[in-house]
Amino acid sequence: MPALSFKKSLYELLSSMRFAISLLTVLAIASVIGTVLKQNEPYPNYAIEFGQFWFSMFHTLGLFDVYHSAWFLVILCFLVVSTSLCVLRNTPLMLREMRSFREHAQENSLRHFAHQAEFESPLPGPDLVERLTGYLSGHGFRSRVAQAGENGGDVLVAAKAGSYHRLGYVLTHTAIVVICIGGLIDGNVPLKIEQLLGYKKIETRDIPENQVPPVSRLSPANPSFRGNVTIPEGSSADVVFLNVGPGYLVQDLPFTIMLKRFHIEHYPSGQPKSFASDVVVTDRATGRSFDHTITVNHPLVYKGVAIYQASFEDGGSKLTLDAWNLFAPTAKFDEIHARVNQSLQFSSGRNPSTMEFTDFRALNIENAGNEGNGEPQKSRGLLSDAMGVFGTNAADVGNENLRDLGPSFQYKIRDAQGQATEYNNYMLPIEVAHRWYLMSGMRGSPAEPFRYVRFPLDANSRIDGFMRLRGLLLDKTAYPEIARRFADTALVGGAVSQTLRQKFMDSTVKVLQMFGSLGYEGVARFITQSVPQAEQKKVADTYLRILEGAAFQAYQLSREQAGEPPLKEDGNGEQFVRDSLNAVNDLFFYGAPVYLQLTRYDQIRASGLQLTRSPGKYVVYGGSALLVLGVFAMFYIRERRIWCLVKPQTGRVLFAMSANRKTLDFEREFDIHKQRIAELMKG
Amino acid sequence: MELTQSSGRERGPIMKGFHWFDWVYAALLVGGVAYVFRLYGGTMDGYEKGILLLAASSFAGLGWYWKPVRVLLLAVAGLSLLSIDLYHGQLARAEQVFWLKYLISSQSAIMWMSTLFVMATVAYWIGLLARSEFVGKVASAMTWSAATMGLVGMMVRWYESYLISPDVGHIPLSSLYEVFIVFCIITALLYLFYEQRYQSRQLGAFVLLVVSAAVGFLLWYTFDRHAYGIQPLVPALQSYWMKLHVPANFIGYGAFSMAAMVGVAYLLASKGVLASRLPPLEVLDDVMYKAIAIGFAFFTIATILGAMWAAEAWGGYWSWDPKETWALIVWLNYAAWLHIRLVKGLRGPMLAWWAVVGLFVTAFAFLGVNMFLSGLHSYGSL
Repeated sequence: MPALSFKKSLYELLSSMRFAISLLTVLAIASVIGTVLKQNEPYPNYAIEFGQFWFSMFHTLGLFDVYHSAWFLVILCFLVVSTSLCVLRNTPLMLREMRSFREHAQENSLRHFAHQAEFESPLPGPDLVERLTGYLSGHGFRSRVAQAGENGGDVLVAAKAGSYHRLGYVLTHTAIVVICIGGLIDGNVPLKIEQLLGYKKIETRDIPENQVPPVSRLSPANPSFRGNVTIPEGSSADVVFLNVGPGYLVQDLPFTIMLKRFHIEHYPSGQPKSFASDVVVTDRATGRSFDHTITVNHPLVYKGVAIYQASFEDGGSKLTLDAWNLFAPTAKFDEIHARVNQSLQFSSGRNPSTMEFTDFRALNIENAGNEGNGEPQKSRGLLSDAMGVFGTNAADVGNENLRDLGPSFQYKIRDAQGQATEYNNYMLPIEVAHRWYLMSGMRGSPAEPFRYVRFPLDANSRIDGFMRLRGLLLDKTAYPEIARRFADTALVGGAVSQTLRQKFMDSTVKVLQMFGSLGYEGVARFITQSVPQAEQKKVADTYLRILEGAAFQAYQLSREQAGEPPLKEDGNGEQFVRDSLNAVNDLFFYGAPVYLQLTRYDQIRASGLQLTRSPGKYVVYGGSALLVLGVFAMFYIRERRIWCLVKPQTGRVLFAMSANRKTLDFEREFDIHKQRIAELMKG
Repeated sequence: MELTQSSGRERGPIMKGFHWFDWVYAALLVGGVAYVFRLYGGTMDGYEKGILLLAASSFAGLGWYWKPVRVLLLAVAGLSLLSIDLYHGQLARAEQVFWLKYLISSQSAIMWMSTLFVMATVAYWIGLLARSEFVGKVASAMTWSAATMGLVGMMVRWYESYLISPDVGHIPLSSLYEVFIVFCIITALLYLFYEQRYQSRQLGAFVLLVVSAAVGFLLWYTFDRHAYGIQPLVPALQSYWMKLHVPANFIGYGAFSMAAMVGVAYLLASKGVLASRLPPLEVLDDVMYKAIAIGFAFFTIATILGAMWAAEAWGGYWSWDPKETWALIVWLNYAAWLHIRLVKGLRGPMLAWWAVVGLFVTAFAFLGVNMFLSGLHSYGSL
């Protein structure tokens, strides 16, 4: 009957070890894919990375979520089936083997054993049997005595030790099945089926949670889920979001979580020490509520739902900013109020733009020693290093250069076309080469590093001095006055003709115009276009000196206008002016009409919590315990059997030994028993 | 036959073959526990008392089962206590006190460990090539000393971390630097166990090669990266699971590495290279199997402990995180190896090759994942 034989051969295949091993191999290879290809990223990321063709190919194969793809689950199911069949098929046999003493072994078969010996003994039969059973039980063997042979009088002592070895097999293989079943319970098969049948649908729109339709919501009775929710301080949540493929599902919770406060503690060296969320949990059924603090490694378990500290982010910090209008020829600012995760509309000239505030950080711990290059410190030669390492305490290494750069915030300025430039501004001045600057970084895309504009601080440690100077340097009407003052100071003492003086002033105005139009680039363009190559370097040097000198006078002028005393020429002011020129130059490429200086903040954090219900957990743990027991039983309990066929008539004893695994240990043990039993038989 | 020597011992109650030194060892352990209770008993909670008692009894068991451990543990305890005493609670003394500066501050002890391991490797090779029993003994002594210094370094490092600040203090199992030291020590100790078991020093030449490679990495990490500093624990690592999960894992890694190196020896010997100097093929095969068996058992435990920790820290016992997945791949790999050997009864070069390839899979799970893949488990990146 072909049908039966097909069933039988299918059964043979499924329960064979070769099939199981092949499955293990396929599983291992499939698992590799999921580690190489980043899983569960937003779909557009994949599309960008692989292009449309490969994206749809990979998508069809389920490679973006390998471990939950149908084919992977099918392999797992086959493994469970195969292992189960294996267990079912072999367990009865194993148990029989475990219990059996094999006291019906025939003399002939014993003589065919690889490990056997024969002794002669002058002792009477019962004595021999007694000695043998005594010896065997003294060595951890349990034995049974049976009559053997047809002629009577022959006695077989059959003994075994380490029978629990066989249990190891049953335990490990049962464990695999149990663990997989636990995993499947937590994989939420019922939900998968509901999804498949269309009872539940993934929500892909970005809409407020309360507008998500019931078809995309799961009831609090859902036995197993794993989802995330982000709660800002002072807010609460009664749902979590389950990421499924391209969208999400909303899981209703049996309780509400209110985040009172999220706090981070730091070590003295600045690294984070703890993340903790102070929450109030309110039961929706009873209205009872209680306080709890959730920290990493210490989840809260309530109503079968475990709540974990998973992440944190900004929850809408309030920022007070001085907005310096970079288009205004003079220095002035407006105070504006902003919140992280919100945007402000503004227009510069005729272009409407948006300011999107994306992040705020109160602390920026950075490794100052590696600033700029990001390269690790180079070694100074092996020997000096080796000597250096001796007697240093490992305690001090690696932390010595850490410093806190203070608060910073990030924002994007998006123009009407949707193009965005991202900015990262520090609140506090940062020291670079013994001078202090306010830093503002900008970049065109998240892939680039920030390029920083350094705003030099004036004698009052404010940015006003720079802004006023910049105002003058960009104000064409101020150039003649600057040039006049520069000529007054530069040409002092000597008898300089009026024409030369006029020429000097003209050059100064020209340099200021060039710089005022496009920074150093403007000066460079003029030089490359109008100056013979041989003289370019010399002219450039001259222009630079004129520019610096004129800018210094411009700064004096700006101070005068602001009613401040003139600066002494002590080198400090010159450096300030040089820094200012660099900053003015960099601002030509800043891409924003405004510089935002953070003056006050009220930090509001949001805590990312992960909520899970995993009823399969204890099944998995139980399976794991079985697995460990089984593994040790299999490796460290050795099953051995000994038979001693006592033949009183001939005074001979046939000794045979077997083990289910032929190892060196067994060979040794056989030799020992052979020797000892031989001694024993001598009487 | 030299194989029978070690098997000659009687399998009986453990106390039966007690030597006076076993009693001294036990007495010292009991005394130590009593002293700790007297000194700190008031401030220890139930868990800590339980762990102390459990630790003491496992040290006792370990020392009685494998006798040289008694000397090792006593030496480590003695040197560590001496070092701690020399510190007077001041970190700066590491650079001032001669014995600390050149011998038993954690960093110096670890440098000594490194030096001794490399010297032992060289000595094992000389012993193997020159067939010199004496040089082999020297190599063993060096390996024991290296393990001692390594353990002292770890103990003192643990103490030093508390000197930085009580809240920084933690067991040194958290950075790549620290686990590499653990790897060296565990692999060496596993090897020494089998060296004594099989009364054969020839394999040291191979096994110590992988230890020396790890030492090379340690030195590079120290000198080029200056990454030997004690760093405070990030919140995710602040868990007692770390003390269990990490060592169990490294027994696995150590045993698999040892199996691979024995596999190399097997392959060479089966091709006739060094065959006359190495133990017979059956012995190599047996050592390889034993190493993989113990590695597999501990790797299983480690992975389960890791899953339990993950359930507490990440919200799920299994997240298909790259590290987890690679642990599974390693596990599946050796599970298949054991099936083939035990059930199919296969022996020979194929299994040796497989054990060698297994080392690469293991190495990728240990290091490659941290270097090339990102995920939750990204502590100790390179």
